Amino acid sequence: MKNLKTFITAAAVAVGLAANCAAADTTKVGFIYVGPIGDGGWTYEHDKGRLAIEEHFGDAVETVFQESVSEGADAERAITQMALQGADLIFTTSFGYMDPTINVAAKFPDVKFEHATGYKTADNVSNYSARFYEGRAVQGHIAGNMTESNIVGYIASYPIPEVIRGINSAYLHAKAVNPDVEFRIIWVYTWFDPQKEADAANALIDQGADIILQHTDSTAPQAAAQAAGDVVTFGQASDMAEYGPFPRVSSIIDNWAPYYIERTKAVIDGTWETVATWDGIDTGMVEIGEITDAVPAEVKAEALAMVEAMRAGEYHPFTGPITKQDGTPWLAEGEVADDGTLAGMDFYVEGLTGEIPN
Amino acid sequence: MDLSVINPALLLASLMVASTPILLAALGELMVERAGVLNLGVEGMMITGAICGFVIAVNTGSPGLGFLAATLGGSALSLIFAVLTQVALANQVASGLALTLFGLGLSSLMGQGYVGVKPPATPEVNFGPLGDIPFFGAVFFSHDLVVYLGLALTAAIWVMLKYTRAGLILRGVGENHDAAHALGYKVVRVRIAAIAFGGACAGLGGAYISLVRVPQWTDGMTAGTGWIALALVVFASWKAGRVLLGAWLFGGVTVLQLNLQAAGVAIPVEYLNMSPYLITILVLVIMSADRTRAPGSLGRIFHASD
Amino acid sequence: MLTLEKRAQPSRQWSTLSPLLAVVLTMIAGGAMFALLGENPVEAIRTIFWDPLFGEFAFYYRPQLLIKAAPLILIAIGLAIGFRAGIWNIGAEGQYIIGALTGAGVGLAFFPTESAVIFPMMVIAGAVGGWAWAMIPGVLKVRFGTNEILVSLMLVYVAEQVLAKMAFGLLRNPDGSGFPGSRNLQQYPSAHNGELIAGTGMHWGVVAALIAVIFSYIVMTRHLLGYQIRLTGEAPKAARFAGVNPSRITLLVLGISGALAGLAGLFEVSGPSGQVSIDFNVGYGFTAIIVAFLGRLNAVGILLAGLLMALTYIGGEMAQLNLSLPAAAIQMFQGMLLFFLLAVDLFTNYRLRWKRAEAAA
Repeated sequence: MKNLKTFITAAAVAVGLAANCAAADTTKVGFIYVGPIGDGGWTYEHDKGRLAIEEHFGDAVETVFQESVSEGADAERAITQMALQGADLIFTTSFGYMDPTINVAAKFPDVKFEHATGYKTADNVSNYSARFYEGRAVQGHIAGNMTESNIVGYIASYPIPEVIRGINSAYLHAKAVNPDVEFRIIWVYTWFDPQKEADAANALIDQGADIILQHTDSTAPQAAAQAAGDVVTFGQASDMAEYGPFPRVSSIIDNWAPYYIERTKAVIDGTWETVATWDGIDTGMVEIGEITDAVPAEVKAEALAMVEAMRAGEYHPFTGPITKQDGTPWLAEGEVADDGTLAGMDFYVEGLTGEIPN
Repeated sequence: MDLSVINPALLLASLMVASTPILLAALGELMVERAGVLNLGVEGMMITGAICGFVIAVNTGSPGLGFLAATLGGSALSLIFAVLTQVALANQVASGLALTLFGLGLSSLMGQGYVGVKPPATPEVNFGPLGDIPFFGAVFFSHDLVVYLGLALTAAIWVMLKYTRAGLILRGVGENHDAAHALGYKVVRVRIAAIAFGGACAGLGGAYISLVRVPQWTDGMTAGTGWIALALVVFASWKAGRVLLGAWLFGGVTVLQLNLQAAGVAIPVEYLNMSPYLITILVLVIMSADRTRAPGSLGRIFHASD
Repeated sequence: MLTLEKRAQPSRQWSTLSPLLAVVLTMIAGGAMFALLGENPVEAIRTIFWDPLFGEFAFYYRPQLLIKAAPLILIAIGLAIGFRAGIWNIGAEGQYIIGALTGAGVGLAFFPTESAVIFPMMVIAGAVGGWAWAMIPGVLKVRFGTNEILVSLMLVYVAEQVLAKMAFGLLRNPDGSGFPGSRNLQQYPSAHNGELIAGTGMHWGVVAALIAVIFSYIVMTRHLLGYQIRLTGEAPKAARFAGVNPSRITLLVLGISGALAGLAGLFEVSGPSGQVSIDFNVGYGFTAIIVAFLGRLNAVGILLAGLLMALTYIGGEMAQLNLSLPAAAIQMFQGMLLFFLLAVDLFTNYRLRWKRAEAAA
């Protein structure tokens, strides 16, 4: 039974592959998106990366995409569809696509797959993610300096390592310049619900926060801050420059274009290999949007120096001594966090109040 | 944890704003259901209103025209539902669901090119010295016109249903369409008018999200508000005053929840999020003992068989 | 002027013809829309309706049609039985979620034990979960007379919150690096609802859907119970005269539809989807309502309607991929198809007649 299964699957794949070869002169790159390309945030930025590929390679590369693909069964079909239709390289851009990507990859050994923000790899599956916490360190530094009420509001999406890392990083750097700073954290349990984000921002502002950091993708908190008049914000996912120079004083931009171009080139050159990429400011995957003049000049200079230090690999935002919230020591003086702990981070650092919900 | 950081005046003020979209959409749906029609397409009409309002406001620079366009857009879409259910006598539940599907697609197509655009600001009404009254100034006199429109509409619908002949006809049609028909009322016309009114209200509520609450355009930005409005009508047991109360309660649960979190209170978010719906079910059970109940002809197809 | 006249009996001719007419009308209106968007309408329509069935990669898409249609059909069959009895369960989405949770929960509780009894136990747990969730509106209706449309709809929102709670809490994969979502049941052989015959798409959910179609066809047309259900819906008073207990029918049909929705959830979570995650439900429970109506509430009709819906989903995805049509255009196209299907059903039960104006007034 099992053998028969394998045989038939292999036969089906062979037919698919035969079809693949027909259109081999251009390289076909596919993208699976979790949201609509008009979401103005996560998917929007990935699609900008796709367009960058088209611009960079011109006629040598054809790109295809499918938007609003639900995670689970629909994702597996969408990915298979792309592979069948001759894609040579497929980017699956949401954590929930991890297992479907691995499943499909096993059936299409000659197609290369790249999964965003997951942790699994295979012979033809790489994964990639960005060290957004580096950007959070910059924000924390600016926030710690600029707050007058010493209350920083933080709109968090889901209690997952990615978000917790961002909170810790921002807090550590705010506290380094302002020991009295206090973080107020709201978990909204959504990546995307503009109304709720607006409400969360207002709740934080009402309670005295004069800085809002957000780990959700809409500009609703920016608008709330603008209405309040004296609250500082930072762009998230995209630059949100339309709210600059104030309240938006800087931003973290997801810039996938360099990575997408590099990997596409690797496929064209035949040099593609499985990698687990976790890039930050150094490769340009994490970009710090323009720091506006609303930030005091010396703070801006310090922030830019921090960016440069991270770009050069001289500074790691999680450098000891750091103690966990419960008082146990985590990193000794000068020690740098290892990627394993960072990837699964499920604790707050000392000084943050409240508990991580689950 | 320090609850004193929560300022009740500011909390109530943001509640007034947070509840406006569901209030408007629910008032519209209330009229529709009172006429005996169940339109599950509220979400689709809201998001269509949201994009119509946004496009017009951005292109003309006038939020007022935007809101007007939203009401027109919402009611234009609702007319599809009206034709299906009142003329072609199709099932209302299925038609409403199809309307939502269609509206979400339509709005997304219309919205291409409007991502990342900032709409013109909707001004707040200037009440002069009233706005400086402690507490009440912030709660009641610091909002834009649409918030007050929502309140006025609540009162108007309450009066209309309770004291006017038009209200009597509407209720009659909803309670027993055969009897209303026998008395010579145009059941179908009344219902189409109610459906169009519902669409206009939903559109207005949607535009309030895209022009004031958020304000920006993104695909699917109503994120389920229309469904909450549907729940709200039931919660309110088809009474205008209770819709207002319910809108504050539904909006209030979210606003309060977020405020408690910001104040550092560890709360089980999921349980709080499901509470309005559990309360609504409870209200339904309690109502069943009461004489208030759903309009008699709700969801039933009417055909005048002469 | 034109007036409608109710037919004494639904027209058999129209009930088969009208769906075809609707499809043709949709092709015209949808084609116009695609043309407005700058696409070749003929190619777009062909991509949606033809390619998945007979195109180059049909060997892959035909099985996928079954996988996509199975939960829709399974849920719609249950709902249609209820609708026939005048019981409007529109909360199948919630019952689907709860069935998936209880079913997956049972499976995960045994992890990593391998045993042949685990999957059957999950199936039972899934059905019971959906059944129990549907019993809430059922019991409330029977006991207090509450409206089941509204209660079942409210419970969808509650179920979604329960799902979020479970994905982050109890069912979270302890080896998942802190991410939400359960273990993947596809990697747990005893709990995996895999393909029964490779390459066909046949999994237990598809089998269950087919059994449900046959079973419901027999019960509704040949069995006393089916007669009682129809009578309750069409003429409640006559039903009571005939000794039918309306409360019993209410609980029974809600129970059936809940159990089938729960089963659909279980088969989906243990098979094609694989894991409990926050976004596990994708609206099958609501789409199934539409499928039930498109199928004219009868078993064979639902089978065809489910397949048609699945076709528009899969063909729509192909159109996105091959023609770069936006997902939104596909959504609108599906909306149009439903509008037309609902509208033309008019001719099944009514006929158009010319009447002189004074007669109509």
